Amino acid sequence: MNSLLLSVDVPPISHVTIWGSGPLGINRTVAVYIFATLATTLLFWLGTRKKDALVPSGFFQNTAESGVGFVRSQVIMATMGPDGLGYLPYLSALFFFIFFSNITEIIPGVQFPANARLGMPLVLSLFTWAIYMVVGIVKQGPGHFLKNSTVPSGVPWWVLPLVVPIELLQVLIVRPFSLMVRLFANMLAGHLILVTFASLTAALWALSFTVVIAPFSFALLVAMTGFEVLVSFLQAFIFTILTAVYIDSSMHPAH
Amino acid sequence: MALLHLLLAQATSDPTKGLTAIGRGIVYGGAAIGPGIGIGLVVGNAITAMARQPESAGTVRTTMFLGIAFTEALALFGFVLAFIISG
Repeated sequence: MNSLLLSVDVPPISHVTIWGSGPLGINRTVAVYIFATLATTLLFWLGTRKKDALVPSGFFQNTAESGVGFVRSQVIMATMGPDGLGYLPYLSALFFFIFFSNITEIIPGVQFPANARLGMPLVLSLFTWAIYMVVGIVKQGPGHFLKNSTVPSGVPWWVLPLVVPIELLQVLIVRPFSLMVRLFANMLAGHLILVTFASLTAALWALSFTVVIAPFSFALLVAMTGFEVLVSFLQAFIFTILTAVYIDSSMHPAH
Repeated sequence: MALLHLLLAQATSDPTKGLTAIGRGIVYGGAAIGPGIGIGLVVGNAITAMARQPESAGTVRTTMFLGIAFTEALALFGFVLAFIISG
């Protein structure tokens, strides 16, 4: 009663389902990642079985083809241009993997976005970091890559001691860190909002005189659930397009 | 009256706990000011651009999401920092 009145009862963060123990034990986060991996693999496997057919048909082929078409036109052609079409498989897989591990946030019974834990966003942003570093070094050579990414054109020489460390820090640390935190914090914030309103509705329902307020809390819960569908899609899109932008800055340096 | 006693008991039990909560609120609230203004500028100007040139709406929308993502990062740093603070 006290905790219901004074604060909302939110389940503790350690209170997640764990199956098994030791290195092979999995919890809900791992289960969601396994689901996302299988879903991405199956989508493209089942979607490309009839790739010689002139007209796409069936749920899997339509979804896979429109998804790849979306990544191709909205992500790659909008940032890298035709040079970047070689990255289409990686970026499509990245988009669908992040989307599938985000969308579990609103699937009843699971209701947990796996990217609300720091691990996988960290790994994915390190992949992005490695790709744009390697692309920059291979395409431009180490010296030119360092110069092009740390010395912006049109800057007076006496500002350079200030600008060069900032730009170096940005390329080396801030880019992957902000990629990681953006995905992680967006999903965590959305999850916390849903948890808070669900707990609040339950707490208001349990008390006799506050039942009249419960429908408002519930309505907001439903609205935020709809909003989280948008956020799941948008965060997958933004992670993919920022990866494309960073690769583009390594492929085509600004003059 | 019983509620008041409860609140008083909670308030006097551990005063630093309340200060931590206030600090978290200040950190996230402060971190949200700049990005709030920034996202408003980005989206407002993107809408102006779309209204003036509807045929370029696709490009503008992609660039708008990029701008939002870069601006929003600062607010999210504040969000994470608010969790890191412990009393």
